[in-house]
Amino acid sequence: MYDYTDISAFHGVWVFCEQRDGVLNTTSFELLSEGRKLADDLHTELCGLLIGDKVEDLSAQLGGYGADKVYVIESPLLKTYTTDAYTKVICDAVKEKKPEIVLIGATNIGRDLGPRCAARLHTGLTADATHLDIDTAKYLDFLRETSTIDVDSMKWDMEDKGLKMTRPAFGGHLMATIICPRFRPQMSTVRPGVMKCAEFDDIKAKAVKVEKLNLGLTEDDIKTKVLKVVKETKEIVDLLGAEVIVSVGQGISKDPEKGIALAKELCDALGGGVVGASRAVVDAGILSSDHQVGQTGKTVRPRIYVALGISGAIQHKAGMQDSEYIIAVNKQEGAPIFEVADYSIVGDLYTVVPMMIDAIKSVK
Amino acid sequence: MKYIVCVKQVPDTSGKVAVKEDGTMDRSKMATIINPDDLNAVEAALSLKDKNPDAKVVVVSMGPPPAAGMLHEILAMGADEAVLVSGREFGGSDTFATSQILAGAISHMGIEDGDVIFCGRQAIDGDTAQVGPQIAEKLGIPQVSYAADIEQNGNILKVKRALEDGYMSIEVNTPCLITCIKELNTPRYMTVNGILEFDKKPYTVYDFETLKDEPLIELDTIGLKGSPTNVYKSFSPPVKGAGKMIEANEEGISAMVKELAEKHII
Repeated sequence: MYDYTDISAFHGVWVFCEQRDGVLNTTSFELLSEGRKLADDLHTELCGLLIGDKVEDLSAQLGGYGADKVYVIESPLLKTYTTDAYTKVICDAVKEKKPEIVLIGATNIGRDLGPRCAARLHTGLTADATHLDIDTAKYLDFLRETSTIDVDSMKWDMEDKGLKMTRPAFGGHLMATIICPRFRPQMSTVRPGVMKCAEFDDIKAKAVKVEKLNLGLTEDDIKTKVLKVVKETKEIVDLLGAEVIVSVGQGISKDPEKGIALAKELCDALGGGVVGASRAVVDAGILSSDHQVGQTGKTVRPRIYVALGISGAIQHKAGMQDSEYIIAVNKQEGAPIFEVADYSIVGDLYTVVPMMIDAIKSVK
Repeated sequence: MKYIVCVKQVPDTSGKVAVKEDGTMDRSKMATIINPDDLNAVEAALSLKDKNPDAKVVVVSMGPPPAAGMLHEILAMGADEAVLVSGREFGGSDTFATSQILAGAISHMGIEDGDVIFCGRQAIDGDTAQVGPQIAEKLGIPQVSYAADIEQNGNILKVKRALEDGYMSIEVNTPCLITCIKELNTPRYMTVNGILEFDKKPYTVYDFETLKDEPLIELDTIGLKGSPTNVYKSFSPPVKGAGKMIEANEEGISAMVKELAEKHII
């Protein structure tokens, strides 16, 4: 009998490892790397959950990023993602094996799948966590570093081994740590690009255990029909992998073409980078949404982030404030972007950027 | 046939945010708006109704009584009926409990073949994107999230579902639930006639008493008590130490670039 309230019956940390067309996404590796730390703190196993058609060969990659074991669920019906089929096999696997934690990448697919699974399993789901802790002591260190809370004047349960899932709310203005004390598994989707990937470990990759799960899945379980999957052959905007990002905001609306050209030139001067955008620029149709940085776009942490003509709504700041060095150029002296900038330049981007490009060229 | 649209009133976080001394947001000082993605859901329902004039558009929201103003606006955009789900017992709900209550309210209306439930992808206060899929699960109907295009042919919908690197084309039978993204459409404005006539349209409040006989509505599945998740701690992220002001001239900028070069940043 499956009882979601019987907390002591649940063991192990699971990571749903998303693959599309036989290629694992990097978020899976980030989650495994993070899951490894949680499993170590709990003295338990880290298991990868690999779902698809003929995907067993990918197991070693999961091992290399920290998994002790991989549960493989294969069926031709799982070749392409459908909400119904993936929800069914994950929930059935959870009911059989009873993991205490399940992590899912907050991709378009993960955010479709996670809530459906949590509802079926009658448990909580934290959305888009950016920080996870088991040990209270480690959590308190995190609070000391990232909050103004007077940690040492408060009482804490140092023995607590529940998962503390921290996420931004209200567009990043507020951070909330969420717990799921009464039910298991503790589930969270995790923001792509936030957790750091561990070094790939060849020995662990070879040592990984594989267990195939045979769960009854039939065509009748799937209520939707995928007619086709189309990859758009647009230029890939790799904001997450970029070392340098030059983002443009409403300030370029005077002459968008020139603004974007300047941003690209500045990227080149800085040794190559990616052009990002604020929501205003994306909403105006000047750049496509894959350029968008912020709460509804991507969370980035490049070495250098240059914000050109971006006022700095909290949604935008939430997506870029962890960048190593931030340079902001804005005409408005009081623009909120200057609150997070290391270097603030009040001025017109059309004159400031060429000066920056010249100065950079002269030091190289 | 009816199109049910779930909407939420949210604080407008796009500009400056009012903060209380304890670091939490002061909602009373902030303007409220209709959650942006929900407007795309409203438009999706209204534009399907334009092609199927016999269909009824019912807008439903869970929230405190002031959410009535938002529902009036949506009636003025062209929705036929509005339902406000409101009650002390519903307060403090997380996404699990919220979807439980909304699914209970939708069951109370009754769903049948041909019906479609529309939600926005996510609300800007929590950004969870969970309530839509959880309503679908609790009603036992299929979902398609991230809809960027919808076509209806009788009881079948064809939906373009956005992925990060492209899209899926998905066929789904009604009743079903669709979550909508901004690429789907451009929401229409209220019309003058709509504004003059919204108060003639049915407007109902469902409280706990109304819904208590729905199998989904139990005191341990709704409200704070029915919420699997709790907030352990909330805090404001620290404000970064003030950065350097750089003069917007050649001297200032070359000094900045030199400093970055010395630190080996560039």
